[in-house]
Amino acid sequence: MEHFLTLMTFLPLLGALVVLVLPRGNANLVRWTALVSTLPGLLLGVWLFQHFDRSVATMQLVERHAWIPAFNVQYLMGVDGLSVSMLLLTVLLSPLCILASWGIEKGVKGYFALFLLLETGMIGVFSALDFFLFFIFWELMLLPMYFLIGIWGGPRREYAAIKFFLYTLIGSVLMLIAMLALYFANTPHTFDMMVLMEKAPTYSHGFQAWAWIALFIGFAIKIPAFPFHTWLPDAHVEAPTAISVILAGVLLKMGTYGILRVCFPVFPLATQEYAFWALGVLGCWNIVYGALCAMAQKDMKSLVAYSSISHMGYVMLGMATLTPEGMNGAVLQMFNHGTVTAMLFLLVGVIYDRAHHRNIDGFGGLASVMPIYTGFVTIAFFAALGLPGFSAFISEVLVLLGTWQYSKPLAIIAASAVVLTAGYMLWMLQRVWLGPVNEKYAGLPDMNWREIVTLVPLTVIVIVLGVYPHAVLDLFGPTLVALGDTVSSAVPAAAQAVLR
Amino acid sequence: MQALRWIVLLPLIGAAINLTLGSRIQRSVGRAGVAVLGSGMALASFAIAVTGFLKLRALEPESRLLLDNVLPWLHVGSLNVSLAFQLDPLSAVMVLVVTGIGSLIHIYSFGYMDEDPALWRFFGLLNLFLFAMLTLVLGDNILVMFVGWEGVGLCSWALIGFWYKDHANTAAANKAFLFNRIGDFAFLCGTMLLFWSLAGLGHATLVFRELDTVVGLLEGQALWGVPVATLATLLLFIGATGKSAQIPLYVWLPDAMAGPTPVSALIHAATMVTAGVYMVSRLHCLFSLAPFTLNVIAVVGTTTAIFAATIAVTQHDIKKVLAYSTVSQLGYMFVALGCGAYAAGVFHLVTHAFFKACLFLGAGSVIHASHHEQDMRRMGGLRTKMPLTFWTFLVSTMAIAGLPPLAGFFSKDEILLKAYQHDPLLWGVGLVTAGLTAFYMFRQVFLVFFGESRAGASLDPHASAHAADHHGHHVHEVHESSAAMTLPLVLLACGALTAGWLGIPSALGGNNLFTEWLSPVFASGGEHHGVEHEGLELEYALMVVSVLVALAGITLAYLVYLRKSLNADTFSRIARGVPYRLSFNKYYVDEFYYGTVLAGTLALSRALGWFDKVIIDGVVNGAAASVRAVSILGGGIDKVVVDGLVNFTARAFNGVGGALRLAQTGNINAYVYVLLIGVTAVLLAGAW
Repeated sequence: MEHFLTLMTFLPLLGALVVLVLPRGNANLVRWTALVSTLPGLLLGVWLFQHFDRSVATMQLVERHAWIPAFNVQYLMGVDGLSVSMLLLTVLLSPLCILASWGIEKGVKGYFALFLLLETGMIGVFSALDFFLFFIFWELMLLPMYFLIGIWGGPRREYAAIKFFLYTLIGSVLMLIAMLALYFANTPHTFDMMVLMEKAPTYSHGFQAWAWIALFIGFAIKIPAFPFHTWLPDAHVEAPTAISVILAGVLLKMGTYGILRVCFPVFPLATQEYAFWALGVLGCWNIVYGALCAMAQKDMKSLVAYSSISHMGYVMLGMATLTPEGMNGAVLQMFNHGTVTAMLFLLVGVIYDRAHHRNIDGFGGLASVMPIYTGFVTIAFFAALGLPGFSAFISEVLVLLGTWQYSKPLAIIAASAVVLTAGYMLWMLQRVWLGPVNEKYAGLPDMNWREIVTLVPLTVIVIVLGVYPHAVLDLFGPTLVALGDTVSSAVPAAAQAVLR
Repeated sequence: MQALRWIVLLPLIGAAINLTLGSRIQRSVGRAGVAVLGSGMALASFAIAVTGFLKLRALEPESRLLLDNVLPWLHVGSLNVSLAFQLDPLSAVMVLVVTGIGSLIHIYSFGYMDEDPALWRFFGLLNLFLFAMLTLVLGDNILVMFVGWEGVGLCSWALIGFWYKDHANTAAANKAFLFNRIGDFAFLCGTMLLFWSLAGLGHATLVFRELDTVVGLLEGQALWGVPVATLATLLLFIGATGKSAQIPLYVWLPDAMAGPTPVSALIHAATMVTAGVYMVSRLHCLFSLAPFTLNVIAVVGTTTAIFAATIAVTQHDIKKVLAYSTVSQLGYMFVALGCGAYAAGVFHLVTHAFFKACLFLGAGSVIHASHHEQDMRRMGGLRTKMPLTFWTFLVSTMAIAGLPPLAGFFSKDEILLKAYQHDPLLWGVGLVTAGLTAFYMFRQVFLVFFGESRAGASLDPHASAHAADHHGHHVHEVHESSAAMTLPLVLLACGALTAGWLGIPSALGGNNLFTEWLSPVFASGGEHHGVEHEGLELEYALMVVSVLVALAGITLAYLVYLRKSLNADTFSRIARGVPYRLSFNKYYVDEFYYGTVLAGTLALSRALGWFDKVIIDGVVNGAAASVRAVSILGGGIDKVVVDGLVNFTARAFNGVGGALRLAQTGNINAYVYVLLIGVTAVLLAGAW
């Protein structure tokens, strides 16, 4: 298991190379190859889930090699509870997305090769512990994503792709600056995140402040937090189904992951200082603003995109509290949002494949035409609106509980979103699936086996985690307790001197 | 006791099978297949509930508690809750009502839904509802209760909108869910406040039996200058007003009648809407700490009771009358709770479950027989055609009117007595409501079952006789419903007749078994036991008065609707008057909510949607445009070098369409990459 994470990260890349050398004419061969390339990752994920030591907060499966010795850049990989949960999400969604991409006809080889490259980037981000390596993987994701939206997207794909690209790049620039500043702030210069954390008490207040903000904006764009969020609806509306799933399911999590991985432990003082406004208040605003905007949307994907903005607000809010309830709720919400939103986008994709539009007011009565589809839709919508018994309820309740202890007004505002969320979800359900049958779509076929296979695993997970959330919660419990302690126990250098 | 979980799980299994494989079962085995599965699960659950009850009864009164800890559920930070069920005298009463009446309604549904192609879905959802409702009443902590609390909301939504092709039904379903969610929002806040206040005192718990012992510590605690107990109970009570259809959140219940009638009987009369009453009783130790909240509850209950009764008086729809009647009767239950007479509230809950379920099912029998006619102006004379339906309906009507010795008499009088002892004004309003209840219920009986048949009659007074003839050929011969429907009716009518005898007060020579059964639960809540001796005469007097008032209401209904001796002038003048129009239009509360809350939210949502698209995105696009302009200015080199690069990359990856288009936008790309490289270089150089 010495190279476990390396294997997990680069097997998809190997698959991408295989896909590229396959003969051009045989699209099915390409699809199956791509699917098979994602399966080892899934199996490794299952192994990781079983063997990951849940009792400690330290890094596991660490791999450390010198990479660019002149600049002390290392190939340093490792996982703790936080990254494991995100890795599991990634390897779970990847094969499902390949299945959901079965209908891609244009440039099949390029599409699947890029997708596999993207998977490598995602796994890399969640396992890299050297900041430079992290940055490389971060940028590595950006390129395939740009092309996947820009080439295989909808009518306004160039606009959406460029917008996505620019936003993310601006975030990258800010991250890069902070990263380099951190590098030079330490002697010997290093990108080793664990060292950067240990040295946290030595950073000056001013440095912590601006570096925190730079990193925060970089990550906030990815979440996406208001007001950096408008790339998301455009990207989602234009992206092909599977890419939306990955975008909402995994990529958004990188923003909050980055904050927890870097901002929190490396700049605990700045975190204490800014968490309330930058994460708490802004998260709360995200929740309500996203929900209200979602209600105004006319395109299904755009509605789901705004619901993502709203739901990611819970993650920010939970993190801000630094309480065990809030932080566990936040990370669980990252996982749950990944699965629930994946379901939502897959389901929107089902109808888009058949009707070639997603106009909420352009349907009606699909329940009579496609009963199995409607069954899945109902489950997914009620899961998304946080009905108890489904996974999202647990994470939202934990976040709210943590928030109540932290700031009661924020908790009350955030909790009010349960009404708004139910409002836009049920309203969409009513307009599209219920009511009299729209004759134009009376002949649509119900879901096929491939589509059912992509949704069943997610449905099972969403229900199981509602009943037994500790299956995932246990993974990151100790990690988050340690992280919360690191941040809340940090005291300014001046105060430290007094203590001595 | 491990069996407790099966009370809950059996209906869940039934629901899971019917909702996934039901349509196949219905096709291969037949309609009876899904019905037997659904009803069988309900009956099995009832059987286990009965054994649990017997086991409980065999224990000493003080130790009557059975626990079933299924699974540790959530253990994070200070929060530690299990998926656990508890059976104590209170939850036993609820479980018996839910599974018992639930089973009868399952059987009835097989007859009522005999023409519906989606019978499997109906039984699946009914089972799912039982599961949620049983989780609600058996849960041993607030969080498990909340699972059931919202779960019944889901089932209610799905069953109100069961005939989803009709827009009105799904609108009613959404309305029900959203109004419930408003209540749930408050419920959630109340729970969090309670939890953290207790956690601050070193007792972080949400388990009911632990709460009973520690909530006393909250005395003296305050938040924002308000005692914590008062604030928490007020929030929880708002939750109860959502679920139990009290002012101000009651408006969803009348619309919920859009669902099939068995649903109205089970969910919107007998069980789900009583969840608020159950919740307050369950947490009575907490509520007893907050006299202010109890007063609010009593006032809201009284107001709702009379308010809904005045609306019921003028409705034409047979189910709408019953719906407002339910709102009104739930008001009575809250009056009892507000007076601290928890056992009396629960007693009325039980008797009401019998007679209101019977009334709804009777209405369903009428609707089914008259081919989905619900307007009472087109009914009449069904007494002879549907004798079983008529007699059971009459018994239940007498029960709700509070005539002795039927169920409603005992439970309602107990509430009126407690109300009188609490504040005579509450009693006075309650008494007027009782008179109104007797009036509108007998109005219904006379309109539906007596007189001449008005089937197919035109409702427009100005329409010509021709129009009436035109409707004429739609009229079918009406006859009594099948045994699957009449059997539950008869059993429920027996309940409406006898259920009150469980709580015969000592004043009438009984020993109030019901209150005694619940006394271990409510002993700690400051419940007043028995009646003071000097109160006996008072008790008799109150009984006589309330029976007289009920008789007066019945007589008035008789004179107006059967003898028609009062009809002609007086009533038609009133009919055109403002009070009538207010009542008939439900005081325009719906219009008020639509005009303010709903329209406001939608307007805000549209405004923010516009803001997001035009302002925020406008800034973004504007910034992009200016950057682009800059890049074009100095873009000579970029064009040659980087465009070439982009083209190359694009071709390398796919060689398909997008390449050319990508090139057009390459400028911005390039600019940012140059920026990126530049920043890196500057930083590196600076540091070196």
